[in-house]
Amino acid sequence: MAEALAARPQYPLEGLVAGSAQVQITPAAPASRLALRARPDAVAPLSKALAVKLPQKPKTSARGTAAKTKSRQALWLGPDEWLVIDTDGADLMAACQPATGTFSAVDVSNRNTAIIVSGAAAEAVISSGCPQDLSLKAFPVGACARTLLGKTEIVLLREEEDVFRVECWRSFSAYAFAFLAEAARDPMV
Amino acid sequence: MSGANRIAGAGRLTPARTVRFTFDGDIYTGLEGDTLASALIANGVHLMGRSFKYHRPRGVLGAGAEEPNALMGIERDKARRQPNVRATVQEVFEGMKAVSQNRWPSLGFDVGAVNDLFSPFFAAGFYYKTFMWPKAAWQKLYEPVIRSAAGLGVSPDEADTDHYASRYVHCDVLVIGGGVSGLSAALAAARTGVSVIICDEQAHPGGALAYETGVAVNGEPGFDWAVETACALAAMDNVRVLTRTTAFGYYAQNFVGLAERVTDHLADPGPELPRERLWQVRAKKVILATGAIERHMVFANNDRPGIMLSSAARKYLNHYGVAVGTKIGIYTANDSAYETAFDLKRAGASVEAIVDCRDNPGEGLLSKAADLGIEVLTDHSVINTSGARRISAMTVKRNRGGGSRSVAVDALIMSAGWTPSVHMFSQSRGKVAWDAETERFLPGEYAQDCTSVGACNGTDELQASIDEAVAAGSEAAKATGGKRAAKPKLKGTGAGNWSGGMAGSTAGAGPDTTVKAFVDFQNDVTAKDIRLAVREGMHSIEHVKRFTTNGMASDQGKTSNIHGLAIAAEALGRDMPEVGLTTFRPPYTPVTFGSIVNHGRGKLFDPARKTPMHGWEEDHGAVFEDVGQWKRAWFYPRAGEDMHAAVNRECRTVREVAGLFDASTLGKIEVVGPDAAKFLDLMYTNGWQKLKPGRCKYGIMLREDGFIYDDGVVARIAEDRFHVTTTTGGAPRVLHHMEDYLQTEFPELDVWLTSTSEQWAVVAVQGPKAREIIAPLVEDIDLSNEAMPHMSAREGRICGVPTRLFRVSFTGEAGFEVNVPADYGRAVWEAIWARAEPLGACAYGTETMHVLRAEKGFIIVGQDTDGTVTPQDAGLSWAIAKAKPDFVGIRGLMRPDLVAEGRKQLVGLKTKNPKTVLEEGAQIVADPNQPVPMKMLGHVTSSYWSENCGHSIAMALIADGRAKTGETLYVPMPDRTIEVEVTGTVFFDEKGERVNG
Repeated sequence: MAEALAARPQYPLEGLVAGSAQVQITPAAPASRLALRARPDAVAPLSKALAVKLPQKPKTSARGTAAKTKSRQALWLGPDEWLVIDTDGADLMAACQPATGTFSAVDVSNRNTAIIVSGAAAEAVISSGCPQDLSLKAFPVGACARTLLGKTEIVLLREEEDVFRVECWRSFSAYAFAFLAEAARDPMV
Repeated sequence: MSGANRIAGAGRLTPARTVRFTFDGDIYTGLEGDTLASALIANGVHLMGRSFKYHRPRGVLGAGAEEPNALMGIERDKARRQPNVRATVQEVFEGMKAVSQNRWPSLGFDVGAVNDLFSPFFAAGFYYKTFMWPKAAWQKLYEPVIRSAAGLGVSPDEADTDHYASRYVHCDVLVIGGGVSGLSAALAAARTGVSVIICDEQAHPGGALAYETGVAVNGEPGFDWAVETACALAAMDNVRVLTRTTAFGYYAQNFVGLAERVTDHLADPGPELPRERLWQVRAKKVILATGAIERHMVFANNDRPGIMLSSAARKYLNHYGVAVGTKIGIYTANDSAYETAFDLKRAGASVEAIVDCRDNPGEGLLSKAADLGIEVLTDHSVINTSGARRISAMTVKRNRGGGSRSVAVDALIMSAGWTPSVHMFSQSRGKVAWDAETERFLPGEYAQDCTSVGACNGTDELQASIDEAVAAGSEAAKATGGKRAAKPKLKGTGAGNWSGGMAGSTAGAGPDTTVKAFVDFQNDVTAKDIRLAVREGMHSIEHVKRFTTNGMASDQGKTSNIHGLAIAAEALGRDMPEVGLTTFRPPYTPVTFGSIVNHGRGKLFDPARKTPMHGWEEDHGAVFEDVGQWKRAWFYPRAGEDMHAAVNRECRTVREVAGLFDASTLGKIEVVGPDAAKFLDLMYTNGWQKLKPGRCKYGIMLREDGFIYDDGVVARIAEDRFHVTTTTGGAPRVLHHMEDYLQTEFPELDVWLTSTSEQWAVVAVQGPKAREIIAPLVEDIDLSNEAMPHMSAREGRICGVPTRLFRVSFTGEAGFEVNVPADYGRAVWEAIWARAEPLGACAYGTETMHVLRAEKGFIIVGQDTDGTVTPQDAGLSWAIAKAKPDFVGIRGLMRPDLVAEGRKQLVGLKTKNPKTVLEEGAQIVADPNQPVPMKMLGHVTSSYWSENCGHSIAMALIADGRAKTGETLYVPMPDRTIEVEVTGTVFFDEKGERVNG
């Protein structure tokens, strides 16, 4: 019965593409996500349970080192706050179950969606609506921040020099995507 | 031919590169690189506009952003026209259409010019004093007439087809101004490797070097050096050179707005280029190299076309190769105008006389003038001019008396000296200081991390400016982490003397009250207006400014501020610094709405939030309403149904069968941690400790003052985990409210808040058949009444997807709210719909939801409450835990006025005529026959036609309302008075049995 009933997911931004010769704007593949809050006593146990060392330095992220957790990243969002993303869709709620200490883990896999902005003009396009300093010096590969894009809140992660992941809430994703597409009309200068 | 006044061999434009454009319909030819002003002057056109108030003919005064007169409408096509463009800034392009403004029917013959004849009636303050009586005429007559006569230019009435770009950028050093000082500073900073942005409002770098042709830097002609230096800077990876870019606003913490004009000079820009690019720069250090602006002389009729600033005439000649006249008069109070006279003479113009109001001009100037055969009249003034649409003569008189003589001229060049451009410094909140020796305001106390260099800092001498700029550039670089680098060695030679001059009116402005000696050309303010303001009792320069409009509007007093101040100071018998300087406001020059609005128009004006089920709702004919940024399905009309019919059907169907409602927009907050219940105890009036996992409770949240802030159902998922719901509109502010208290008042609690509003899509299935509809889809949850009673919550699976299933009801019917991960929202909705539709259920929208909840007397926070309603007022006293020692609002609830008798209370209203539906917001009175103003008892908060009750229903906040139950009250409307009976708030299923069905 369950098989026959199995509902098929529908992702925001499915099938959209935008950009120019200098920048590509595409929806990211679905991923599982965790909004993680923790007291210091839980940081090490959570790092172990998730197999990603939760970063302690502002605006930094860390990636899992084990073969199974290479798809997993933890983004520092605040002194006791991380966004954990697993692009393989692993069950992160289950993964942090064994951890001891005081913490809060909330599944936000479907709350957020992500847009990948890549190419030579990626930084310029995001800078069209993001007041953060995105120069490589201030925002190197691996840097992340909860910030703004135009009128919407985003979590920005620099995955490579010219590849950014823009995480936003799903109902804002159409706006964020359209904003980036509009910004991409400006030739990179 | 690009104009009769073009001097062969003069200027830097290429004669072969001609550009055709029109001005007021006539075709002219200019050269590439010309401004509209230079191209028109080259063609002998000096009359370029009419003044604001008196409609006097005006030509150009300046050659740059300081231009107050020559404001034009520039048209590319019908949609792309811009009013109030400075002709001295706008570059000509092939096919450009320029039109003059503030004239009718034509520039040459203007009806409004009668204002000039009647000008004795239009003195400063005229509007304040004249249109006082009769009072009623202001709105109907005076204001419309004044409004249509006032203002400059005509706004476009079609949507702008251009697009605009925006960029945030951070840099170590921002240099504002690309003259010799700015370039020197940028060069010094750039060499150390720090990131540098240098911007200049003009099309080319170099500032005054464009006309100060005697200057050489390191032996090279100054302008060539500037262009080469800018190119060298632009080639460096760490430097961005922005021309045609105005730094228009200096905001807190070195945040500077730059407007880059990308296509305004291009004939065919192509669709890919944005028209303008807004740069929002955050700089560690700002170097202000904004130069100085020349002042005009204030004397009678100093505004005729052909009268202009000395620096402007020199720029037209030396940069654009245009002579501003053939018979030229000079009127000056400083040395720099002499250089203009010499350049013009050498270019072949006849310089009729240099009238110098001083006794002793600078060293060597008299002999140089004699060598060139130019007559110099020292200790003389120009006391008047004549000419209709262009100056034809100047009247010259010795200062110490004697007769006057008239000198025929077709251009008059003037200079009263130079005003350091402290606009950006002042915008940065820096305080200017009066320099008594040079009689000018200079940057004094700095408020932000910036430095002024060169002319804007009062540094007159060229080499001193360069040295100061290089030092500032090196310092700024050092402070921002620059590497050690050799300072650039720059030697500047050949500059004229720019110091000295005078401020205020000259002999020619006369004491006479009819003389028009203009101080502020853009706002038509004359010397006598300022004296009048002082006589009328305006003793502060800020009052004088407002009374006369001197230095207001887009001009921001670039040429007029110092003169206005000097005249006011003289009239007051006080020193200038005592009278003070008005504040400079952003923008420095006007910025287009396009740049400021930027991407934020059309669908990017505001995010339109849509639920996962939005597509299905669209497919099924839903009409949507805006709830905050959300698009919510309002009702689902079927063929032939209007809103009323659709809502009636939906309301009936939900109570008879069942209905599906998209409740995804409800705010959801996951409250997790060992202290979660303790925290909720503090945030809500209700008690939470005893709520068992798997149970739900309706909670009320107050503000500190005791008034209702939000409400919603809270489910306890586990001992340490709550699923809180908020109103749709309240979602963000409730989270902030809770987070605020958690961080500031209760930081010791181990609990965290996470917004999950968008994690879950919510399908509300409500009605007698709700259980039957979802039962086959649900696994692992016993849906029976016994196992899952009203106000319970279970975790399990529906359609193979994890769900948090709530047995809750906002309709009074038995019902479920199916929470599923948002990606599955539409699929689960469709699966439920596939079950519901054959059973005769419907999809319903927010309107039906509103009616159904009103039938049950459930409040909507923000509709039935307005921020002044307590739980007691709303009839919700039962939701206040009696035993709790503390919660937010507990002290507020004890305030005397909150426990006083006679407060407005929420009650129901039934109209005597059951078909009459009250208007929400309508006032309620006890006696409809009392005289106006009536004593109002309260107002209608919610009102609907209830198909299920067969009569209209309403809720209202009425003073002492519950005690009035059964009484008849009245709702006076413009056309009739409606009789109503006060009732309880529950209209349907008063015993509340249906939720358990």
